[in-house]
Amino acid sequence: MKNDRGDIELAGVCKSFDGVTNVVDGVNLKIADGAYCCFIGPSGCGKTTILRMIAGHEDPTAGEIVIGGQNVVGLAPAQRRTAMMFQSYALFPHLTVRENIAFALRVRGMSKADRLRAADAMIEKVRLTQFADRLPAQLSGGQQQRVALARAAITEPRVLLLDEPLSALDEQLRVQMRQELRRMQQELGITFIHVTHTQLEAIALADLVVVMEQGRIKQAGPARDVYAHPHDRYVAEFMGGQNVLSGRVEKVNGASFTLAQAAPSGIEVPLQARPTVSVGDKVDIAVRRDDVALVRPGKDLPPGCTTSLPSRVLAIEYQGYFVKVMLDTVPDDQFVAYVPEKTFFADPFTVGDVVMATWATGSALPLA
Amino acid sequence: MSAVLADMPETIAPATSKAIAPSKGGRPWTFYVLATLFAAYVLALYGPMFCIYILSFQDIRGGLVFPMKGQSMHWFVDLFTQVRTGDVKGSFDRSIKLAVIVTVITVVVSFLAGLGFRRRFCGDTFVFYMTIGSLVAPGLVLGLGTGLLFQALGLNASWYTSALGAQLSWTLPFGVLVMFAVMSRFNHVWEEAAYDLGASRWQSIRLVMIPVLAPGLVAVALFGFTLSYDEFARSLQTAGSLNTLPLEIWSMTLNVTSPSLYALGTVTTIVSFIVIGASLGTIVLIQKKRGSRTKG
Repeated sequence: MKNDRGDIELAGVCKSFDGVTNVVDGVNLKIADGAYCCFIGPSGCGKTTILRMIAGHEDPTAGEIVIGGQNVVGLAPAQRRTAMMFQSYALFPHLTVRENIAFALRVRGMSKADRLRAADAMIEKVRLTQFADRLPAQLSGGQQQRVALARAAITEPRVLLLDEPLSALDEQLRVQMRQELRRMQQELGITFIHVTHTQLEAIALADLVVVMEQGRIKQAGPARDVYAHPHDRYVAEFMGGQNVLSGRVEKVNGASFTLAQAAPSGIEVPLQARPTVSVGDKVDIAVRRDDVALVRPGKDLPPGCTTSLPSRVLAIEYQGYFVKVMLDTVPDDQFVAYVPEKTFFADPFTVGDVVMATWATGSALPLA
Repeated sequence: MSAVLADMPETIAPATSKAIAPSKGGRPWTFYVLATLFAAYVLALYGPMFCIYILSFQDIRGGLVFPMKGQSMHWFVDLFTQVRTGDVKGSFDRSIKLAVIVTVITVVVSFLAGLGFRRRFCGDTFVFYMTIGSLVAPGLVLGLGTGLLFQALGLNASWYTSALGAQLSWTLPFGVLVMFAVMSRFNHVWEEAAYDLGASRWQSIRLVMIPVLAPGLVAVALFGFTLSYDEFARSLQTAGSLNTLPLEIWSMTLNVTSPSLYALGTVTTIVSFIVIGASLGTIVLIQKKRGSRTKG
């Protein structure tokens, strides 16, 4: 019986190309069958190497790659029943859309009539019927991507691996193809592993977001966890949307501690996530940019806010539904407030204004 | 904002002088200079050959120099009927056969070299320079050496052994150079994609690499054929007792004193052009075939 389980387990996977430095350094991860998993990280963090090892285009230096309960290290891609969609799509330039999609069936020895029929069914699924006889060079970027997807999916793989699938497209098309990827994943019901360096793409698509840095996993979890509850400064800064502040613990009292900062009053932070802080520790905290409220000096703080940091407005960017206000709140780090458009224009600030940056005490998040 | 707008004139004043005079379809004088130069170049390139072609169409009174005496196909008939002019037919056959063998070997070896050099390997630069090195060796010397080597080994020199080897020392480096240029445009992700889709190494070469590289392989073949077909220096000491066509023509220039020599030049040129035309036609056909399927 064919094993159709597409759950993946990486156990202690390492990869070194030169025998000295590990590009992938002891990665452990479980991906559920039928999950949409995004690997995200800056270029050179090892995410593409992990993808290529799962695909069977690289062999790990150490560790196991288990798909559907079977260790697949050393097997060819077709034996693993994985399929890869390459970054530049790698469509065969001399074959038409139909022949490209039928290629995998051709090399498996399927008769011409059968494989073209199967290819036509797949072409219909990705809505390319009118382009079936075109060559890849005569298609737009979005159409090429759909051909690549169809070509990879026709072998009914248990895992589909996508290497930066949207990076070659322009912004508008990227959003559109993003939805199409998700739709295809649900339709096929198989595991998708998607490598990207765009955090928006990752959190929009993934059930499981894996943030990587220098060959190691920094955090893996559901998109909302990773975005709203980053483990550490790296993840918070990489995923964006957070202000990261650091300082020393001044006072620990019951449910919260106070962080000494450049600010005159200190910053009160709830203790829930870090029960083991003691006075003098150096701690990073994250405050979501959309949690920050700006109040004119001398006005009352909103309810629930105990910390207020005097700041000067450095720059203002209109972003449509919100306004991005950049402040000099902390000396070394960026500090940004995302103010809802209507709130901002009810009492607009200008560059150079002095404001009090404040947030509900409960929303400050201590980082590891 | 409105104050700024008010300061601006309502209409933009027309420009008082034109920056550049509009072109009336005339060409600059440099065009005529360069065109003349190019025409002179073409004349210098083909003029000598046309002298041969024209003089080959004289009638029976014809001589080896201008002026032209009458017009007829006499010397072409003479070329293929008279035995005293030399073994034209035999040498032509040998040259074509040799060129075909050289072409096949050049294409196969160059393609394999292209495959071998896809990845860097230890000593690859050395191997590459060794391959290209024989291009700079003087052809006559190389041919002489090949002939001597065969003699020393007690082998008989002939067009299909020693001459073949001597010619390959000339066509292979060219073929490999052309092949490298062709391969540099081959995206190796295509191979990886074929492997990912379950193709064996052989299938990925047969179904992806060869079809994608086909126009380049035709170009390598064309190089191999033409370089062999008119190769002289390397064949001189290696062809043995039976001449190839260029050797035959050369020996005819020494003892044949009729325009049938020119007729031979005309015929061989026509053969060359047929081969080049067929090759280019094949490339165009491949590309057209790929383009036409779009209309289906």
